[in-house]
Amino acid sequence: MNLSFTEEQEILRKFARDFLTSKFPKKVLKELEETESGYSPEIWKEMADLGWMGLPFPEKYGGTGMTFLDLAVLLEEMGKACMPGPYFSTVVLGGLPILDIGTEAQKQEYLPQIAQGKSIFTLALTEPSGSYDAASIIAKAVPDGDGWVISGTKLFVPDAQVADYILCVARTDDKAKPEEGLTTFIVEAKQPGIGHTVLNAMSGKLCEVVCDGVKVPKENILGQLNQGWSGIKKAIDRAVVAKCCLTVGITQQVLDMTVEYAKERKQFDRPIGSFQIIQHYCADMLTDIEGMRLSAYHAAWKLSEGLSCAEEVAAARAWAVQAGERVIGLAHQIHGAIGVAMEYDLHYYTRSLKACELSFGGADVYREIVAQEMGL
Amino acid sequence: MDFRLTEEQEKFRKEARDFLEGEKKQKLWEPSIDSWIMAYDPEFTKRVAAKGWIGLTWPKEYGGQGRCAFDRLILTEEILRYGAPAACHWFADRQIGGSILKYGTEQQKRELLPKIMKGEMYVGLGMSEPEAGCDLASLKTQATKKNDHYVINGQKTWTSGGKYMNYLYLLARTDPTVAKHQGLSEFIIPKDLAGITTSPIIDITGNEAWNEVFFENVHVPKECLIGKESNGWRQVMEQLAYERSGMERIMANYPVFEGIIQFVKETKRDGKPLCQDSVIRNKLAQLKIEFEVGRLFMYRVALVMDEGRAPEWEAAMSKAYATAFEQRLANTALEILGPYGQLAPHSKWTKLNGMAYHAYLSSKGYSLQAGTTEVLKNILALRKLGLPTG
Ligand SMILES: Cc1cc2nc3c(=O)[nH]c(=O)nc-3n(C[C@H](O)[C@H](O)[C@H](O)COP(=O)(O)OP(=O)(O)OC[C@H]3O[C@@H](n4cnc5c(N)ncnc54)[C@H](O)[C@@H]3O)c2cc1C
Repeated sequence: MNLSFTEEQEILRKFARDFLTSKFPKKVLKELEETESGYSPEIWKEMADLGWMGLPFPEKYGGTGMTFLDLAVLLEEMGKACMPGPYFSTVVLGGLPILDIGTEAQKQEYLPQIAQGKSIFTLALTEPSGSYDAASIIAKAVPDGDGWVISGTKLFVPDAQVADYILCVARTDDKAKPEEGLTTFIVEAKQPGIGHTVLNAMSGKLCEVVCDGVKVPKENILGQLNQGWSGIKKAIDRAVVAKCCLTVGITQQVLDMTVEYAKERKQFDRPIGSFQIIQHYCADMLTDIEGMRLSAYHAAWKLSEGLSCAEEVAAARAWAVQAGERVIGLAHQIHGAIGVAMEYDLHYYTRSLKACELSFGGADVYREIVAQEMGL
Repeated sequence: MDFRLTEEQEKFRKEARDFLEGEKKQKLWEPSIDSWIMAYDPEFTKRVAAKGWIGLTWPKEYGGQGRCAFDRLILTEEILRYGAPAACHWFADRQIGGSILKYGTEQQKRELLPKIMKGEMYVGLGMSEPEAGCDLASLKTQATKKNDHYVINGQKTWTSGGKYMNYLYLLARTDPTVAKHQGLSEFIIPKDLAGITTSPIIDITGNEAWNEVFFENVHVPKECLIGKESNGWRQVMEQLAYERSGMERIMANYPVFEGIIQFVKETKRDGKPLCQDSVIRNKLAQLKIEFEVGRLFMYRVALVMDEGRAPEWEAAMSKAYATAFEQRLANTALEILGPYGQLAPHSKWTKLNGMAYHAYLSSKGYSLQAGTTEVLKNILALRKLGLPTG
């Protein structure tokens, strides 16, 4: 066993940290949050030039040829910087499923566009039920000449307001079992029949996407007709682990800020960090974060190696959600009132952490999966 | 032991409910959470005043109702249950009136208490300063005596609802030559005195929750001093016990509790109502148990007050416990709402009017204001258990 990162990964981490710190000072975060697009096309282009958009894709598709585990390192740093924008949507939700189950033609068509930073992708999965299981997908696609027509409402779609393509999951056979009648389509996002509304969300840009007779050619089916669910499940697993990595970065930054604050803030003529209870809080935060990091990278490594990993993914997620809440609670407690004021930076982390936790299923769902994997 | 309310108390609860129900039906206000500290509505305050429900516990000779603290607890419990906008009068009713009664001059009682009871005097709390949080006694704002007045210089911060207040309670240093706890004095002053300026502070929910308040050569008549000069620390400790004692420490976000219970009854996931899901049942049952324990803590605090004692350790315990409960409630509500939990009040598709969203963010402040949980545990350890200070 070896729990250290490769030299290449360390270089990536160091470079990413410097780059993201310089590109996303809090002033920029505030400005971007107030725009509808929520991202900066200039920085996006720079990140593409660095090879980040194509990081986990093979070189023959214009990618950098690195692994999901390498991506995990980058995601951690993105969490640490509270980086806004459609990177997660494009690379994790859009690109990886195409690499995973796309046809050769689809890979050649779309992956280079992603790698070059030319196209933004996202995934339209969830619906008003707010669930992540197969049965709750009722948006429909029906055959129409040589293609399909999609109708339905998708909710909590990240970054749809800037997407060029949406992977849209729809029901193509409503007589079959819920898991056996779903198909994923690669849909051009700016075509007639698609409407989006940006919701007022805690952090990042989430949309309602309404499809009203959206036409899709049959070549744009991703994976097999009616057998889309297995690909979606894998996409959710990757999304959940990616969220865990973001959470590791977010909470690490929260701890760094908190320790620094506890050293500087004085009450009763001494730094509050010299009170034993504050020291214990910081120690508890550190322990929670280290547990989160190990479990997240364990799951990321398994995904990266293509090993079966339902239990590891579920354990990482359940831990990250609960430990994340403990960490942010203590961080606020240690900061006192300044931590709940907008003029200080902690709220960016509180909100983005919570948003990470609230998409793709919470701790209960994943604890139940652990129970199932235990044979209960 | 007897856990029953008297017939009169039950009647009073019903009267309070009928009043609030009527107000709600007429849509005179939107129910909200944190309504005791964030929902400022002078008209509501005046209607409550007209019922005689501000200063409920104050003696009849000053125009109060002479009722017990337990009755006030019942009233505040109902106001919070309905999420009614009671912030204008909350602080004055909870702690300032009591201070005036205990330490004020006859003239102060005759002048100030009726203003509070009429719903016209809204008092902000000027204790904290940028460098004086938990270590409140290290505060620097100076009040220098000159002839028949004091000259105030300095800065307060985190003054809740500062924008809406027309008076300020002020803790300031009148004697810089003695030990830090010994040179402090209390004042109640109009907010519009020359030399007072304010600036807003926005909280994590995006609301103007506080003001910073600056004092530059503010002339304060000596009649504004409350109690004895340089006796402020003793006086304020008692006030803080009352500040911590209230029902708002466990019911600030109570409408979220009712809202989420209703939500799980009405919402189906995987074809069956959420309330049949064993995990959700378990979580909500746990919260209910915790809530009822907390309510008993609160009731005990009121009974201590009715014995005529400041509820020092009892309020420290109930506040620390209950604010942690409120934080768990908000978090559990978000967990149950799942992705909907991220949607802000007024967003398309938001559930429970975004109350759970708001409650989650604002609840991070509950365990800081009016004594941080750590300070409260210090009080329990030192004053109740008698552990050494080290
Ligand atoms: C929502 C809200 C409303 C408020 N409203 C008002 C108001 O109306 N008027 C007003 O005057 N103030 C108000 N405050 C301010 C409040 O009183 C202070 O936040 C509180 O006193 C803590 O001070 P601080 O925030 O400076 O934290 P600090 O004192 O800097 O404390 C930071 C951390 O160190 C810990 N710590 C400090 N000393 C010790 C110790 N001896 N042992 C162990 N741990 C310690 C604290 O518990 C905390 O975890 C409000 C605050 C909030 C959040």
